[in-house]
Amino acid sequence: MNPESAGLRVSDQNGITRVEFIEQNILDEANIQQIGEALSEVVDAQDKPRLLISFRNVAHLSSAALGALITVSNRVKSKDGELHLSDINPNILEVFKITRLDRLFEIHDTTAEGLAAFA
Amino acid sequence: MSPNGMNPSDEDAKAPLVGEAVLQQGDPSGLKIFESAFFDALKTSGYDEGQIFAIRLAMEEAIANGFRHGNDGDPRKTVKITHVINTTDLQVSIEDEGTGFDPESVPDPTEDANLEIPSGRGLMLMRAYMTEVNVIPPGNRIEMYFRRDA
Repeated sequence: MNPESAGLRVSDQNGITRVEFIEQNILDEANIQQIGEALSEVVDAQDKPRLLISFRNVAHLSSAALGALITVSNRVKSKDGELHLSDINPNILEVFKITRLDRLFEIHDTTAEGLAAFA
Repeated sequence: MSPNGMNPSDEDAKAPLVGEAVLQQGDPSGLKIFESAFFDALKTSGYDEGQIFAIRLAMEEAIANGFRHGNDGDPRKTVKITHVINTTDLQVSIEDEGTGFDPESVPDPTEDANLEIPSGRGLMLMRAYMTEVNVIPPGNRIEMYFRRDA
């Protein structure tokens, strides 16, 4: 799965894989499945994945998108890697809080803070 | 200005916007067209960005649940939406073609033990963002109510 065709921009910065959603809405089920597959491939390609996912462009997401993120998180943990999230707008941050997923994910206000948080 | 002091366009704005849509999972453009018109109608009725975010989230979850769980992913089956938009509140009914489900059987996704389970958050999000959510037995219809001053 090509990350771009799943709506993801993936780049490497000093051994940290930066992922950014291109689309504003992460709602379409088929697209979420593609995102999940693309992220799984990114994680599987690394021995000890170090991932920073930015939500800078995201205005809406669904519980299916949260599910895809949880699957990625579980995969990263199973490989003893690190996953951080950043740039989540207040409306969406509220969704993480209501679902208590702010306890599962390490969430940072900005990309810079996310990058600095890696061990 | 009419004799009773009401501008006719003001009266129009206060009339409820009633609508119905029948959507198929196999027709994502139909869903997009419906949603675009629906959220425009909310905006026209005075709903603010935060309220539209909340309603949109609940609607997306209800429709996705109808397609995925209710209709078991069958692209030919439909989800029927009826809505009444008032300037003060909103009523929505979302019905799939499935056999229904028991909402009590859905585990609490916010329990520590369930946090890492990827699914099962749709219904709790609907309940969190709408004023009232009722699953109508046998469970293939969800009625949601949103009050703007709540």
